[in-house]
Amino acid sequence: MIELGDLWRTYRVGDSEVHALREVELEIARGDFLAVVGPSGSGKSTLLNILGCLDRPTAGRYAFDGRDVAAMGDAERTRLRQSEIGFVFQFFHLLARLTAQGNVELPMLFAGIARSERRRRAAAALDAVGLSDRAHHRPDQLSGGQRQRVAIARAVVMDPGLILADEPTGNLDRASAAEVMDLLGEMNRAGRTLVLVTHDPEIAARARRRVRMDDGAIVERT
Amino acid sequence: MGFVELVRFAIGALRGHRLRTALSVAGVAVGIAAVVSLTALGEGARQYVVQEFSSLGTNLLIVIPGRVETTGMLPFGGTTNDLTLEDYRALASRIPLVVAAAPLATGTEVVRAAGRSRSVPIMGTTADLARVRRLEVASGRYLTPGDPDRGGSEVVLGSKVARELFGAASPLGQVVRIGDWRFRVVGVLAPRGHSLGFDFDDIVYVPVRTAMRMFNRASLFRILVEVRSERELRQGKQAVLDLLAARHRVEDVTVITQDAVVSTFNSVFDVLTLALVAIASVSLTVAGVGIMNVMLVAVAERRREIGLLKALGASTRQVLGVFIAEASVLSSLGGLIGLAAGWLAVRAFVQVYPTFPAAAPSWAVAASLAVAVGVGIVFGAVPARRAARLDPVQALVGR
Repeated sequence: MIELGDLWRTYRVGDSEVHALREVELEIARGDFLAVVGPSGSGKSTLLNILGCLDRPTAGRYAFDGRDVAAMGDAERTRLRQSEIGFVFQFFHLLARLTAQGNVELPMLFAGIARSERRRRAAAALDAVGLSDRAHHRPDQLSGGQRQRVAIARAVVMDPGLILADEPTGNLDRASAAEVMDLLGEMNRAGRTLVLVTHDPEIAARARRRVRMDDGAIVERT
Repeated sequence: MGFVELVRFAIGALRGHRLRTALSVAGVAVGIAAVVSLTALGEGARQYVVQEFSSLGTNLLIVIPGRVETTGMLPFGGTTNDLTLEDYRALASRIPLVVAAAPLATGTEVVRAAGRSRSVPIMGTTADLARVRRLEVASGRYLTPGDPDRGGSEVVLGSKVARELFGAASPLGQVVRIGDWRFRVVGVLAPRGHSLGFDFDDIVYVPVRTAMRMFNRASLFRILVEVRSERELRQGKQAVLDLLAARHRVEDVTVITQDAVVSTFNSVFDVLTLALVAIASVSLTVAGVGIMNVMLVAVAERRREIGLLKALGASTRQVLGVFIAEASVLSSLGGLIGLAAGWLAVRAFVQVYPTFPAAAPSWAVAASLAVAVGVGIVFGAVPARRAARLDPVQALVGR
C-alpha cells in the first residue's frame, strides 16, 4: 500500500540544515499494523505527517497505492486526506465548539455528503466506539479517553484504508489507553492499515511489525 | 460543501467563540458608529450654516433710495425720487426674474397690550415678506395677501414680543395698541433668533400702508427683491435698475446684492464640505484599522484549526470559504449594529439640540459599510489564505 524510498525531510534552521528524516526506506502492506518507536525528536511524527500528506518530503519517493504522492497536486492530496487517510492525534484536536457528533461529521462536511447521511454515519461511527450516549456532549464534557474515541470515530467515518495514530495514548491514563488501543486494534482487524507512533513498548508490542527510529533514520526493524 | 453548509459552519464557529465574536463585532460596530455619528455632526454643522446663510437670503436684492456713490460735478445736483409703493408694484409684477418682492416701511413705536408695553421696531410690509425672509408662523397666520395700498389693522408679532406682552396666553385675536393705533393680532411667528446682530423675534409686522400712515411717510425704507437663483442676481439687479430708472427718469436708486454674503457663503460651504470629508476619512481609516486588527488576531488564533480542517480533508478553497463567510457575517453584523448605534446616537443628539440638523449623509453610511465589510473580508481572508496554503502540519503545530 505504501512505499517510501530514500525519503528525506530537511528543515532549514538559520544557516544549518536539520535532517528530520534521512534515507528512510519503508514498505507497508494493506492491513498491516506497524508501530514506529524511538526517542523524542527521532523523526517519528515527521514520518507520520508525511504519510498523512500533512507534510511533504524534501526528497525521495512516496507511493500510495502505486501513485506518486510527490507528483500530486493540492486537490489530489486533499482527496487523499479526505477519504483514504484517517488521522488520530496525541492531543485529540477536536473542535471545542462542536459536539462529539459534530466533530465526527466534519470530514463528511468537507466531502460534500448530505446532512442526513452525515447524521446517520456519524451516529454509527460513535456507536462503534461506544459513545452513542455522549453524541451531544462537547469535548470539554468528555474524559480524555472519550475524546480520543471521538477522534477515532472521526478518523474512520470516511472509511479510509489507512489510519495514522500519533501517540494516541500519550495523554491518557492506563485504562483509557487500553480502551483506545483495543479500538484501534479492532479497526486494524477490520482490514484497515494502522501506523502508530508510540513511546510505550507495551503498546508497540501489540503491533505486527515495529520500526525503531533514531536521529531521522530507521535503525531497527522487528 | 454547499453555500448553506458553509454559512452554517461559519455561524457555528462564530457562536462557538462568543467572546471573540462579540469583541470583533463590537470593533466593527464602534468604527461604523463613529463614522455615522461624526459625519452626522459634520453634516449637521454644514446644514446649520447653510440654513443660517440662506435665511439671510443669498438670492436677495435690496433696493434703497438714493445713489450711494461719490459723484463729481453733476450739473443739476442729485435729485432723488422716493421709493414708492407704485415702484414696488412695478418691481413685483413686471420683471420675470423676480420671484417675490416685499416693501419695507419701518419705524420704532411703543406696543401696548394687557397692561404692558414694549418699544419695538415696527415693520410695515406685505404678505410677501414671509416668503422673502423665510418667516415661519407659529400660530395664526401672516399678513393678508393682496393690494398693498389697502392698509388694514392686523398685526403679526415676533415670538419675543408675544411672550413679553402676553406671557403664556395666546395673543391671537387680542387687541394691541401701537402708538395711537389699534391692531388685532392675527399671528405669531416662530422663534428665529438673532441673525447678524438683529433680533428677529423682537419685531412686529403690520401692513405697509398702515405703517406709512403711522410714521407719516410717503416713501418706502427699502424694497426686498428675491430672484430665482443666486446665478441670476446680476441680471436681476440690472433689470431692477433699468425699471426704476425708466420710472424715475434718472438712475437714483442703489441695488445691493449680498455679494459678500454669497462669496463668504461659498467659501464657508467649501471648507465645511472638506472638513466633513476629512472627518469621514479619518473615522473610516480608524474603523478600518480596528477591523483589520480584529480579523488578523482572529485568524492568527485559529491557525491550528485551519491545519486540522485541512488534515480532515478540507481543501484550501473550502477553508478560505469558511473564513470569508465568517468575516462577512462578522463585519455585516458589526456594520448593522454600528449603523443602529450611530443612528441612535444621532437621534439622541437631535433630541437634545433640536435646531442642529445632524443626520449622517447617505454616502458616508454607504462608504462606512463598504469599508467595514471590505476590510473585514480582506483581512479575514488574506491571513486565512496564507494559513490554508501551508502544509497542514505547519498550521497544526503553529510553526
